[in-house]
Order: sequence, then C-alpha cells, then structure tokens
Amino acid sequence: MGDVVVLMEGIDKSFPGVHALEDARFELRAGEVHALVGENGAGKSTMMKILSGIYAKDAGSIRYDGAEVNIPNPRAAQHLGISMIHQELNLMPHLTLAQNVFIGREPRERLRFMLDEKEINADTQSLFDSMHLKLNPKVKAADLTVAKQQMVEIAKALSFNSKVLIMDEPTAALTETEIEELFRIIRQLREKGVGIVYISHRLEELKQISDRITVMRDGHYVDTVDAATIEIDRIISMMVGRTIFESTPELPEKPPVEVVLEARGLNRGAAIRDVSFNLKKGEILGFAGLMGAGRTEVARAIFGADPIDSGEVLIHGKPVHIKSPNDAVNNGIGYLSEDRKRYGLALGMDVESNVVLASFKKFLGAIGIVNKSKTHDTAEHYVQALSIRTPSVQQRVKNLSGGNQQKVVIGKWLTADTEILIFDEPTRGIDVGAKSEIYRLLNDLAQEGKSIIMISSELPEVLRMSHRIVVMCEGRITGELLAGEATQESIMKLATQRSGIVADIPAAGNGQNGGTSKAVEGKQV
Amino acid sequence: MAVMDTTSASTGKAVRSSGAMQKLLAFGGLIVLFIIFSLLSPAFRTFENMQGIVLATAVNGVLALGVTFVIISGGIDLSIGTVMTLSAVVVGLVAGDDKAGFPIYLGVLVGLLTGGFAGAINGTIISRMNVPPFIATLGMMMIARGLSLVLAEVKPIYFNNLPGFRDIMMGSVLGAVVPGMQVPNAVFILFGAALVAAFILAKTVLGRYDVAIGSNEEATRLSGVNVASWKTAIYALCGLFAGLGGVMIASRLNSAQPALGVGYELDAIAAVVIGGTSLSGGEGTILGTIIGAFIISTLTNGLRILNVPQEWQMVVTGVIVILAVYMDIIRRRRQG
Repeated sequence: MGDVVVLMEGIDKSFPGVHALEDARFELRAGEVHALVGENGAGKSTMMKILSGIYAKDAGSIRYDGAEVNIPNPRAAQHLGISMIHQELNLMPHLTLAQNVFIGREPRERLRFMLDEKEINADTQSLFDSMHLKLNPKVKAADLTVAKQQMVEIAKALSFNSKVLIMDEPTAALTETEIEELFRIIRQLREKGVGIVYISHRLEELKQISDRITVMRDGHYVDTVDAATIEIDRIISMMVGRTIFESTPELPEKPPVEVVLEARGLNRGAAIRDVSFNLKKGEILGFAGLMGAGRTEVARAIFGADPIDSGEVLIHGKPVHIKSPNDAVNNGIGYLSEDRKRYGLALGMDVESNVVLASFKKFLGAIGIVNKSKTHDTAEHYVQALSIRTPSVQQRVKNLSGGNQQKVVIGKWLTADTEILIFDEPTRGIDVGAKSEIYRLLNDLAQEGKSIIMISSELPEVLRMSHRIVVMCEGRITGELLAGEATQESIMKLATQRSGIVADIPAAGNGQNGGTSKAVEGKQV
Repeated sequence: MAVMDTTSASTGKAVRSSGAMQKLLAFGGLIVLFIIFSLLSPAFRTFENMQGIVLATAVNGVLALGVTFVIISGGIDLSIGTVMTLSAVVVGLVAGDDKAGFPIYLGVLVGLLTGGFAGAINGTIISRMNVPPFIATLGMMMIARGLSLVLAEVKPIYFNNLPGFRDIMMGSVLGAVVPGMQVPNAVFILFGAALVAAFILAKTVLGRYDVAIGSNEEATRLSGVNVASWKTAIYALCGLFAGLGGVMIASRLNSAQPALGVGYELDAIAAVVIGGTSLSGGEGTILGTIIGAFIISTLTNGLRILNVPQEWQMVVTGVIVILAVYMDIIRRRRQG
C-alpha cells in the first residue's frame, strides 16, 4: 500500500429531512482496494458522491495528495483523477464503445467542431489492449452484456488517468464468472497503484478483494479494519450495531407431496427450451444459473408476461391457459420482479394503495366505490404482519428503504390471495439486516403453505433458502438438486453445462447470453 | 437474462441496429408507391409531375430535417410549422412590398435568424426551465402563430417588386446552364440542406451529443457534457431549418401568408417517424427522414392524380404513419 491519496474528514451533509452524513471520515491509500460497507442509508454512496463532485458537502475537508481540494462538479473530480462507476451503468446504448469512452472530450479535427472518429477508435483500442480486454471499439454499447458494459465504464474511468476509482456495487448484476473477471481487472489496477473504493453489500466478496474495510452506520464513521483478519460476523455487527446470527432456515420435516404447479415442455425461441418442472405445496424451489440462462424468461412465461411457442402449465393438475398477467393472478400466481421500482410498485402512491393494487375488486362496494376502511385495515394488517417499517400506511412507497419496498410487494401479492409466489432476485440491492428479514419471511410463507419459486444469482442464498434447486443453462434445465446434496460446485457445474450445439442457434439475441457468451463467441468464429 | 432485463429497463428501450432496416423498408415502400402509381396513371410518370413531387417535398422535407435532430435527442418540436410562417412574415416585413424595403438578401438572413432565435428560446425554456418539450413548443407554436398574424396585420405580404425572390425556389440554375434540364432550385436546396444535416449528425460534436442525450441524458450529463447548452443548440438548429422553410415557402408562394403553418409540424414529424427515427430518442438518420418526406408527398400527389378526394388522402397518410411504426415495433419484438 502506498501513500494516502484521499483523506475526507469531518464530512457533514444534510438533505431535506435527512442528516445523511455527520462527521464522517474516509481514508484511501494508493494501490489499495478499500471496501466501504454499511446498511442502506448508512451514507456510503453519499460520501462517495461528495468525493466525485456530484453532491456538495456542507462541512468538512477533503485532502487529495496532501492538499485541501474543492470538488464542485464531476468534471472537477475527473480532472483531479477521481472517477466513479455508478450502480446504474452510465453508458449511452446507441453509441459505440469508443464514442462512449470519449464522450465529452472527443479528439477533434482541425476544425474544432468536427470529430476525429479515427483517433477515437484507435485510442479506445489501445486502452482496451492495455487492460487485456477483447472488445471492439466500434460495437454499440447496447449489444454488450452488463458485465462487459461495466468493463467499458472502467476503461472510460481509466482513460482519465484516474488515481482514484470508486465502484458502487459493481458486482450486483454480475455472475460468478464475471465477478472473477472483474476482480482480475481490479487487481491489475491495484498493481498499478490506483486506489479503489469498493462499495458492496456482498460481504463474502470483501475478504476476497479488499485490503481494508471501512464500516459506516447512520451517516457516521464506525471503524476501519484490516480485511485479512476481520470476521464477517464482526463486520455485520459493526454495520447494524448489533449481532445478527445468520440462522439457516428450518426445512419442513416431511417432504411435501402435493404438486401445485407443473410446467411441461415450455418453449420460446432460443430463450426457453423444453423446460419442465414442478413446484410442491409449501416448497421453496430455487432457480440457479448464470446470467442469461433463461430463468427470468421462464418466470415471465409462466406469469403470462411473455408468450410461449409451445408447452403447458398445470395448476393443481389442471391445464390452465395463462395469456396475460391478469390470468396468472386469477390463477393465484404472483410475480415479484427483480426490478421492484419499475415493475413491482407504484412508487408515487402510498403503502395502502400499493398493497391493494393487485386485488382492487375485493375492495369495491356495491356500486363500484372503494371501501376505504377495508383497504386501510388490510394495509395495516400487512404492515404489522410483515413488519414493514413505515410511519403510516399513507407514506409514499418511494420513501421506504429497499427491504421495506420488497415487503410491500409481498403484501400486495398476499392480499391478492396468491398461493404461488415467484421471487426474482428478492434481495438484490437490499442490505444485510433487511436481507435476513426477507429470508425469514420467505420461510414463514412456505411454512404457511405458499409455494415459492426463488430465482437468485447468489449461490449462498439459493443454497440456504431452497428445498430443491433447479439449475438452468442456455434456456434448458440442466439439473435438479435436493437441498442436502447441492453445493456451490455442483450448481456451477450444471450452470455451465452447455449443449454443444450452440453454433446451430441463430445468434442468440446479440450477445445477451451474458456469462455464456465467451463460449458462444468461441464457437461462432 | 435476468440482468439484461435490468439494462434495458434502465435505458428504457430496446436498442438494436434497427435504423438501417427501417430505412430499407421505407425506401422499398417508396419504390412500391412509385411503381403502383406509374402503372395506374400515365400522368403520374411525367417529368413535370416528378418535379411537382420534389417541389412539394422541399418545404416539408426541410422542416423534417430540423425536427429529426430534436427527435433524436428525445424531444419534440411542435412549433416548426408556425415558426416557419413567422420567418416568412419577417422576410416580408424586411423586404416585401410596401414594407421596410431592405434588400432581399437581408430579408432572407433575418428570416433564417428568426427561426433560429425561436428555436433557441424553445431550447432555453426546455433545458433551463425544465418545461417538457411538448408543452414548451406547443406554447411557441401558438406564440409564433399569433405574432405572425399581428406582424402581418392579418394580410398576406407580397414580393411583387422583387422578381428575383421567387427564383430562389422556382428558378432553375441548372436549366440556365444545361438547356432542357429545368429542375427547380428547390430540389438542390432540399438536397443541400440534407447533406448539411447528415454532416452535422455524423461528423460534428453537435451530432454526437444529440445522439448521446437521446440515448441516456443523465449519463451524458455525468460525463461532463453541458447538456443544457447542447439541447439549446439542438432546438436552435431545428429552428434554423424552420427559418429556411419559411424563406422557401415565401419564395414559392411569392408571398408571406400569415395564416399558414398549422399542421406542417405534424407532416414533418410524420416524415421523420416513417423514416425510422425513434420517438424515444437515440436513433435516427437523415436519409430516413428524406425518404419519409418523399413517401408522404408521393402518396399525396399520386392519390390526387387518381382523383382521390383530399379528405381521403389524409386518411391514407394517417394509416401509413401507423403502419410504418407498427412494422418497426413488430421487427424489434422479433429481434427480442
């Protein structure tokens, strides 16, 4: 580890109604990976947005290379050599990779208003080469997987000769293989003396990649510790200010027998290929696989959100025709999208309205007037039952934390009397404390006899939560494992079990294959 | 593809290399229209009628070129029709009969600047005051219409004392050089404007930031691009094209008609959309817009020659607009 590059001290920041940071501090050395952890709302992102010029601090000092600096905007941060890679990727999908890398500072021709496209491409190519990235600068960003887009963002950040690189949840959308690739790049940068700030909720990664860990809680600095020697449980208790025992779920003693939902031979193009499985009453069925394996597609097909080419779905042994989400809801199926904000919630509406949204008919009086007291009571009931932390049922959902938003969605589907719940990445972007609550909730639901399909890219989560695990790869089901026999290794083996006829498939959707695309490219050449 | 879904969600639209395909479809459609009308009517396939089609395309085409930039940036400009009229009226005030009596080139210059100025105001209202483009330009549409009528005192302004003015559009520089080739200048103005627009879009910083803003405005801002200024420039450019349209229509009619202009913006937007430019921003081409403009004027011309009443011509054009966009949507869905 080198000298201290960044020293933030006494940082204070308030937003209307929230004191986001109070006397916070952070220190970064050259050539270290410094993880910044804390629950949602702890102030990690705010802290880093101040460092990268997106927010202005109310008080405190930032020293950069020993000198006090003022960082009024992102441009100023870039000039100092500080770049931030945001959680939502910030590429322009319609532009090529090279155009994305050089946006805002394009090399110009002699005439100042003309772009020097040749130089843009050449410079980007040498940048990629220096990072050992096999990417074509002339490809449009939209045609890349999320993982590769992230690599492009890193390349873009490095092209500023950044000495400080801030990464906000870089692995949230990546699969295990892609995370390896990312770590390779991060280590490479560390060798070159770049100081890396690494914000993540995935604590198991921190010990792998980081040198030091700074913990924040409620806008305060808690401690900075050495990653090599600290226990994960210790980090967690620093984050939440109390000790959480990550208990394993209690599986129902008798294996459940009654099949609630059965899928037979589902097909849709190259995305879903001959998918058959069944879901039993009171069971949590895990769906594991790499990005692009087709898990979300299967869920959406069963829920009627996307059409299928062939196959049938049976509920309680009877074939049903689900042509739309409305049909699915009528058949007792609820789908909790991984992107809650976009598909699961009406963010601007209050908790009460969201809870009754999927089952409005139940609350209508004789002449079609909503029975207000009934909706209120129902919402209050679920706020209690799911321990949703909200000042009142009239609170707007957008003001709740990620974990509590997820609970509101669950409440919505419980109100709609769904017996089959499909969870797509239920804990994505949710902090540790809330995560274990969601786990407990899933467990309780299963105990009560609800049947749950849980799609997750986090293997420890799948292993911990599922009674059975279905593994998918390239649109097929490549195996089914019982909770007792599954390990991370056995799942990964099935998740990478390719069919060998990849080359026969018409270029499956412009490299959407994600984690599998390396093999695909190899065969198509 | 769990994760890919998140990306397309965050960018808000499916992005594929679909522009080229849509252009090809549109171009094919244009050829088919020409073949059908030529078979149905000998009058359609005459040189004079072809000239007529090009003349009819010129003004709408130039308006469409300008609004293409705005639509690529993810915005919309409803004011181009009446700003065109306002520019024409200003040309009249500066150089028309019984008005200020300045030379015509000054009139043309001030007319162009009027358009650019109105566009810059649109852009400023949109980017600095955060008024949605639809509302801001709807307001400007009304303002420009009102101002046109006020400034012209609700009467047409003629250019009878400036015989050269009409030649800007209707004269033929080519005919003077090559006898027999009486191709009106309007054609060259249209194609010249299209070349300039294509150059701006493909080769200049303005074009690059136009696409970038339409593709992901927030990311463009975070990359250090001064989005507000560039947006203003984009609307100003669109206004400049509307100003050019104003000069062209005044020349063609040999008068500034202050009541004209409403509805022109929709024809122009229709041409852009038929040409494959996405209303959600980020993609679009100049060639597509030109083809789109020709499809609309060919359709109008052909149907008129076949004695289809004007009311029905509008119905057909409307159907074509919806069909063009629907075909694009189907194709995207297949690409998935």
